Amino acid sequence: MSGIPHDHYEPKSGFEKWLDERLPIVGLAYGTLMIPTPKNLNWWWIWGIVLAFCLVMQIVTGIILVMHYTPHVDLAFASVEHIMRNVNGGHMIRYIHMNGASLFFLAVYIHIFRGLFYGSYKAPREITWIVGMIIYLLMMATGFMGYVLPWGQMSFWGATVITGLFGAIPFIGEPLQTFLLGGPAVDNATLNRFFSLHYLLPFVIAALVAVHIWAFHTTGNNNPTGVEVRRGSKEEAKKDTLPFWPYFVIKDLFALGLILIGFFAIVGFMPNYLGHPDNYIEANALATPAHIVPEWYFLPFYAILRAFTADVWVVQLVSFVTGGIIDAKFFGVLAMFGAIIVMALAPWLDTSSVRSGQYRPAFKWWYRLLLIDFVVLMWVGARDTNFPHDWISLIGSTYWFAYFLVILPLLGLFEKPSTPPATIEEDFNAHYPGAAE
Amino acid sequence: MIKQLTASAIVALGLATGAAQAAGAGGEVHDVAFSFEGPFGKYDKEQLRRGLKVYTEVCSACHGLRYVPLRTLSDKGGPEYTEDEVRAYAAENFTIYDPELDDDRARVPADFFPTVSGEGMGPDLSLMAKARAGFHGPAGTGINQLVKGMGGAEYIAAFLTSFNGKEQEVAGQYLNGNDVFPGGWTSMPPQLEDGSVEYDDGHNNSAHHLAEDVSAFLMWTAEPKMMARKQAGFISVLMLVLLTSLLYLTNKKLWAPHKGKKFDA
Repeated sequence: MSGIPHDHYEPKSGFEKWLDERLPIVGLAYGTLMIPTPKNLNWWWIWGIVLAFCLVMQIVTGIILVMHYTPHVDLAFASVEHIMRNVNGGHMIRYIHMNGASLFFLAVYIHIFRGLFYGSYKAPREITWIVGMIIYLLMMATGFMGYVLPWGQMSFWGATVITGLFGAIPFIGEPLQTFLLGGPAVDNATLNRFFSLHYLLPFVIAALVAVHIWAFHTTGNNNPTGVEVRRGSKEEAKKDTLPFWPYFVIKDLFALGLILIGFFAIVGFMPNYLGHPDNYIEANALATPAHIVPEWYFLPFYAILRAFTADVWVVQLVSFVTGGIIDAKFFGVLAMFGAIIVMALAPWLDTSSVRSGQYRPAFKWWYRLLLIDFVVLMWVGARDTNFPHDWISLIGSTYWFAYFLVILPLLGLFEKPSTPPATIEEDFNAHYPGAAE
Repeated sequence: MIKQLTASAIVALGLATGAAQAAGAGGEVHDVAFSFEGPFGKYDKEQLRRGLKVYTEVCSACHGLRYVPLRTLSDKGGPEYTEDEVRAYAAENFTIYDPELDDDRARVPADFFPTVSGEGMGPDLSLMAKARAGFHGPAGTGINQLVKGMGGAEYIAAFLTSFNGKEQEVAGQYLNGNDVFPGGWTSMPPQLEDGSVEYDDGHNNSAHHLAEDVSAFLMWTAEPKMMARKQAGFISVLMLVLLTSLLYLTNKKLWAPHKGKKFDA
């Protein structure tokens, strides 16, 4: 499976040979688990396992919740309270599912930013990156629709605001929005289709995760140096790698254990900290909450959506040039989706010959600024839009686009990178002087 | 750019504090040392019973508890009445329309607390303690909620004792001034006065105590499984610490020969 030379599965017993000729499933599992993995992977490489765990956890708890939940505008809120009060262990299952979404997004953001620093998106791993971005988009869709299901005030008004974005698309916007909602406003039809899709999409994500893994098992993992595993011979490859099982499985499980300690402390002791109190008020189409705030994991992109108001000259220029077809609202929608699209295009926007950010002195600073930018956008996304928040979100959004569209392409041309180690083995031995003997 | 950001952040802080002062109108939600706070906090059974009495005698005139089954009054971790006491309480205080009898009958433990709605009635209180936050900020960071908790029960206690005596009529509706209510005006008239409910256990029944007791009771109606949840959380964390320690040692031993390190265990 992998281009890195390694031992393959050899069926031994009669049954194994019989099975292998008909369905090489044991060989597939063996190849996947025993894949040669760069032995210098650091602790930023553990989030993939955390994400896989989150997906399974959300699907398992979700299936149990569905057994007790009622997708109807008159009953949904009450059925969630039924789960919280009358179902055995229901309160724990729901709080795990609710906070599980937060852990899922925390993990995916760290996973993405790890890739952005170590250049994991660069050739030959573009497909892995693109598939990952699609998974991330589906996660956002799933998370958003899941938040609507308890049918609280934030569920209802969040759904109204976000589906309203589609209404901003010129010409087809309004019919499209009506089509998505199943009617003129968020109502029972909306709740039912969101429920259906919230159940469906995680399985699509699971399939794409398999493709994601397949892709990077074909190219081999990236690693902190960005240097490729030597592939000349099996012996050479073995100097740079260790098999995924048991070395990385145990390491990742240890890290997962640490993360779950924090996770269960939150579930057990402050399960509503990351939520919004208004969602414990049943949805009411006649009473708009004072502040409609999305969940924390949407805030950076929500800030970008709100940043481009009608008084920004770029918006005015675009509006003038397009004869008003792209107005401020649609511009904001384009900016929000554009912010993710430019990230997905990073493999082609980054011109540097060096893969890992460790050996790029100027890049490091721009990257750190991007991290700060992300946090600032997350913060400002939950604030009102008065001065200075409007300016902060505008500056933050501009930097987000500038990083991908200007800085990444130009840095590769002007930056003088330092020299990465020649091999992964060299890097590993530099960390562990005892290993060379 | 960093300079600009810092400058904006400082301005933001200044504005946020200014806005908070304006909205609060002098009233502030004070942190109450409720017995159920913190990782090991438990509901105070006696306080829940007192709170139930305040709810029954005062609040229930205009507010329902539609999601709370009466039988849970005998649940562990709640007010912990006996089943007979719950039966007597339900029968004594609440009736329900029975379609089979085509008449009202006394409520039984299998029924819920009443749903109250209609002209002049208030919102349902089942989840009120989770639907409000007493603490915010500073500057949208959520640190206060991390340190003090969400403050739903504190908000209710503060609301009940923050009427300032002002009244006004807007579009035929009488509004009462309240220092912690958003906007400063609520249609609910002040309810609690010193001694307005007589406690069976002779506990101090100043307005301040009545408000805290009913707030604790409403925290229980909003989160009746809090004790079970904290216990599950504690056991999960404990087991995970054990598992993670073992995985740490396994990982160390596994990698030791490859890192040229010694591992003795």
